[in-house]
Amino acid sequence: MTETLRPDNPDQLRDLLAWATAEEKTVEVVGGGSKRALGRPITADHVVQLGGMAGITLYEPNELVMTANPATPIGEIEAALGEKNQQLEFEPPNYGPLLASTGGGQGAAGGRSNVPTGTLGGAIACNLSGPRRIKSGAARDHFLGFHAVSGRGEIFKSGGRVVKNVTGYDLSKLMAGSWGTLAAMTEVTVKVLPSPEKTRTALLVGADPARAVQAMIKAMQSPHEVSGAAWLPASLADASGVDLIAGHKGPVAALRVEGPGPSAEYRCNALREMLSEFGATEELHSMNSVAFWREVRDVMPFAAPGDQRAVWKLSVPPAAAPDLVDELTAIDGSDAFLDWGGGLVWLALPTGADASHEAVRAAIERSTGHATLFRAPEEIRRAVPVFQPQPGARTMLAQRVKAAFDPKGILNPGRMYADI
Amino acid sequence: MKMPEPNRDTLAKRAEIAAALARIVTAEGSVIVDEDELRPYESDGLTAYRQPPLVVVLPETVEEVRQVLRYCHENEIKVVPRGAGTSLSGGALPLADGVLLSMAKFNRILDIDFDNRCVVTQPGVTNLGITNAVQHKGFYYAPDPSSQIACTIGGNIAENSGGVHCLKYGLTTNNVLGVELVTIEGEVVRFGGKHLDAGGYDMLGLLTGSEGLLGVVTEVTVRILRSPETVRAMLTGFPTSEQAGDCVARVISAGIIPAGMEMMDKLATQAAEDFVHAGYPLDVEAVIIIELDGPAVEVDHLIERVSAIASECGASTIRVSESDAERQVFWAGRKAAFPAVGRISPDYYCMDGTIPRGRLTEVLRRMAELSVKYDLRVANVFHAGDGNLHPLILYDANVPGELDKAEEFGSDILRLCVEVGGVLTGEHGVGVEKRDLMPEMFSENDLNQQMRVKCAFDPLSLLNPGKMFPELHQCAELGRVHVHHGETRFPDIPRF
Repeated sequence: MTETLRPDNPDQLRDLLAWATAEEKTVEVVGGGSKRALGRPITADHVVQLGGMAGITLYEPNELVMTANPATPIGEIEAALGEKNQQLEFEPPNYGPLLASTGGGQGAAGGRSNVPTGTLGGAIACNLSGPRRIKSGAARDHFLGFHAVSGRGEIFKSGGRVVKNVTGYDLSKLMAGSWGTLAAMTEVTVKVLPSPEKTRTALLVGADPARAVQAMIKAMQSPHEVSGAAWLPASLADASGVDLIAGHKGPVAALRVEGPGPSAEYRCNALREMLSEFGATEELHSMNSVAFWREVRDVMPFAAPGDQRAVWKLSVPPAAAPDLVDELTAIDGSDAFLDWGGGLVWLALPTGADASHEAVRAAIERSTGHATLFRAPEEIRRAVPVFQPQPGARTMLAQRVKAAFDPKGILNPGRMYADI
Repeated sequence: MKMPEPNRDTLAKRAEIAAALARIVTAEGSVIVDEDELRPYESDGLTAYRQPPLVVVLPETVEEVRQVLRYCHENEIKVVPRGAGTSLSGGALPLADGVLLSMAKFNRILDIDFDNRCVVTQPGVTNLGITNAVQHKGFYYAPDPSSQIACTIGGNIAENSGGVHCLKYGLTTNNVLGVELVTIEGEVVRFGGKHLDAGGYDMLGLLTGSEGLLGVVTEVTVRILRSPETVRAMLTGFPTSEQAGDCVARVISAGIIPAGMEMMDKLATQAAEDFVHAGYPLDVEAVIIIELDGPAVEVDHLIERVSAIASECGASTIRVSESDAERQVFWAGRKAAFPAVGRISPDYYCMDGTIPRGRLTEVLRRMAELSVKYDLRVANVFHAGDGNLHPLILYDANVPGELDKAEEFGSDILRLCVEVGGVLTGEHGVGVEKRDLMPEMFSENDLNQQMRVKCAFDPLSLLNPGKMFPELHQCAELGRVHVHHGETRFPDIPRF
């Protein structure tokens, strides 16, 4: 049986990884464990559980900065920020409910969307961001600095605790989205921002993907600082827990604006007027907006109990979304909805033998962008490339970067790619 | 500042190298060896350092860049990439034994895509050139370094350039969607594109701010934003810098993120006022210009709130721009602050540390003490919103020893920034200027790890050597894992 090791501080973690490198023992690095069903499955000699390194160590609201140990639960972070009317602007998603059907992601909080799972370290390491990505950037854009232990078993740091910093290479960017394959972080510092006073969501009812994307492009080209732009087909809108979304019995495009009260109201009205050329409009106020955007953020349309389909996440140029949706929803039993103004396509397909990976990869080849097999049973994620395969020279560079941090390949081996 | 010892063999083969490059890049005048013609390239924006390059080459196509780099790699010749040469940290300073690779001919915008809100461009296009190409439809490119009329987008990527609107709109790294890169080994790779999140390791984020040490960017995709409906600025003056610092903190803790928040101390304000007559108050210790943008209803609402905060903090001057012309006047002095200081001193040396905002008063006080100690005046211009300080040290290069003294003063200021929890450089880069101060902020482990990343891209350390790292170690040595099999005991830690 795999032994679980639980270092309580960076020195213990360094000793552990130095030993693992010397003995060429592989380890799976786990914070809260909420994302173990994401990415390629790992078979490692040991599990390293970072739960002993939790807690906020610095929070200065006036400086818009927070430092925390890696296994600090997102819920704890958000509660502390909430007291000062601040937030993690990248909207870390909670995939607990989505991943429940493949046996992962439940963590301690179980499968409810409004109870956050996951840790700050995990959110950063996987660079997962919510609907506000289109306005405010990804997790990596709010990640200022870190301390870590490399696969070499050496303690090192990069970045700092100030927003404007170009001192040395920006290794924070490399850490974000490396899925724990380069180093195990022992401290992370993030930029935090004020929570908006008010949220409004303008709805456009009845538009097919082509018209909805047109409408979203127009809204994104406006000066109204749209901070969420999503589209749900009728079947998925019907299942929303927000009555005003479900009640239309048709597809719904949604555009979110946030800010001081008078500004949010003004911009919502302006958007509704702009959208009226595309069809009937409606609006959600703060409470309903929060509930609806949480559903989008957490991919709840594909998290219904019993939905066992494979889920793909496709990042594409927004204008390419309609063709992609038409093409891929032609597969029997599939559904798709859009976030990021069309730039993010969430696609559910019958799992079958291989999650239709060839069809998805062929489509992404034409649209440009990348596709990730986000939910699938372990045996399929083992057999099918989960992340977008990279052309030769990129693979070579990725392998060299991996070796620069983890020459013996002991950290999360094969999590992203079979050879990394 | 000591640069790496020039390689004698390379120096001796200068004519041969120039001939080889001319066979790759055939357009007339694309390979420069004449001493007089090399002179314009001998320094960048950090003019205290000068060194003519071995040879300058100006390729026009990606294929030419690829072949030049491959030739240099095969023959172990150093390469210094250069955009417009506006670096303030010596990032584009040539090497005596290095080929200077100018990207000046990559000056075309390739694709303007309003639907996907991005521009695909060659790297030699200027920062402002991108905004100029899209502003007819009300769009702009957000990062706005003060050299934006001259600096290129390729150089912006190398330096992760900022500007006065970073707090709200981010630095270059937050506004770049994709790049095409040629490695020193001659591989052409693309990271990102018109979609979000580049996929795989975030090499795009790594390359941004890598100061030309990892590869040569040959194409860039940036996101463009719609210009806000309304922009208004406030000009505020405070009797003490404590009050000014307090005002900045209270604006932010009220949940307001201004588009820009710029502070100037008394000396900078006076110099700027004498130069452009912007109507700045001269009876105050600190002036803050606060810019708010968005729909009129939001801007008016926020101006009211910020005015109230400024009053509570003891502002003796609060003026709100009533027209765009007036707003430009408020900014005119700030934008001319550097040349204005240039008028009151034969020379000045511009620093670029970042500090946690809350330590501002303390840092200003200690900087004043250093000013007395070194007997050199210092004027402060400060991106107050994001803590990025630009102290301008006034000196006279014609006075023997004064440049050295100014540099020492500058180093002390940067050490102070690090001491209070800040960093050596907020937006100008390390280059040669701050190279030897890197150990103030980073341990040997930290620097070795960064250099290992360099080795992943440039195993022979040929790209822009002598910049960023105080000492470049051999990649083979850096890659070695110092362990003795069987001697490292299984660590004594909790297990389950």
